[in-house]
Amino acid sequence: MHEQVLLGLADDELLLGWRDSEWTGIAPMLEEDVAFSSIAQNEIGHARAVYELLVGPDGDADALAFDRKLEEYRCAPLVELHLLEWAHTIARRWLYEVADEIRITALKDDSDPAVSGLAAKIDREEAYHRMHAEMWHDRLRGEPRFQTALEELWPYALGVLPAELRGELVSRVGLAEVEAIERGTHTDELAPLWEEMTMVRRSAPAGAQW
Amino acid sequence: MVAEAQVWEALEEIPDPEIPVISLVDLGVIRSVDVQNGHVYIEFTPTFLGCPALEVMKRAMEEKVRELGAEPEVSVINDDSWGTDKITATGREKLRAAGFAPPAPRLVQLQSQVHKCPYCGSTETKLENIFGPTPCRSLRYCESCRQPFEQFKTI
Repeated sequence: MHEQVLLGLADDELLLGWRDSEWTGIAPMLEEDVAFSSIAQNEIGHARAVYELLVGPDGDADALAFDRKLEEYRCAPLVELHLLEWAHTIARRWLYEVADEIRITALKDDSDPAVSGLAAKIDREEAYHRMHAEMWHDRLRGEPRFQTALEELWPYALGVLPAELRGELVSRVGLAEVEAIERGTHTDELAPLWEEMTMVRRSAPAGAQW
Repeated sequence: MVAEAQVWEALEEIPDPEIPVISLVDLGVIRSVDVQNGHVYIEFTPTFLGCPALEVMKRAMEEKVRELGAEPEVSVINDDSWGTDKITATGREKLRAAGFAPPAPRLVQLQSQVHKCPYCGSTETKLENIFGPTPCRSLRYCESCRQPFEQFKTI
């Protein structure tokens, strides 16, 4: 169970990092180009550290990250969505950061010191992602397009957390609880991402040399 | 037989690959050095988990240890033991002299008056972008001397 929680966290961070990096070079302003690239780099760094923890010192984190079948990924459907529209992108970033903070806070109290220590390290970096997301949330709050995006993504955001942690998300986001789009189910948008993400590993199973 | 002090001295010569004015020892990322039977065990903590300079730093440490005639064993520790408060006083001064504002202490980081311009020392500075050219830096602007500068993030 515990392992599944960590795998879910790593998969979320890997896929969201991948999705956020899709803004590199084409964000609506230079500052956001830099911000999204940096955030993506951090999220993928977190994914790597969690995969490394899961496979242990002699394991292969790349194999865990990239050699699984599509249906074996444990990510929340929220991070799979291909959003090349700013209101939805910012709505996802904000919803994800609020949910992720609740999850990471819980992991910081984990009884396994390797897990709690890593969660605390991740949290130090996430503080800056949260500042970025909150800054945008303050700016766009009340804008109809942003509100619509939040409402559309809300069932997906609930799916980031296990049922017992959703109450806090509901009170912080301020939307009524609805039926969540649960982790373990996948959207149609995962397949093209999986194809792209695993292409190198599939074409050179013994490890690519650069 | 290599002594622990010799290893620390050698590690002090390794510059941070992305901010070469400061050494890995000044940066505070080397948590421990232990010498046993010709093996040098180094525990090292990344600054940011996604830092692309990680592998470069690891290889540089291994090379330095081999130059001393010992066998390196470098382990990367992904726990919470590194924060910017671990940067030494010398390291902070070197950063400032090179135009990087050193990180504000963790306890006071949220006060806006603690971010000083590394050029003129004014605290009249404003945040331009939380993110910068590497994960560990933000961009700020000095209202007094009109100089944009890079701020080492407090983590």
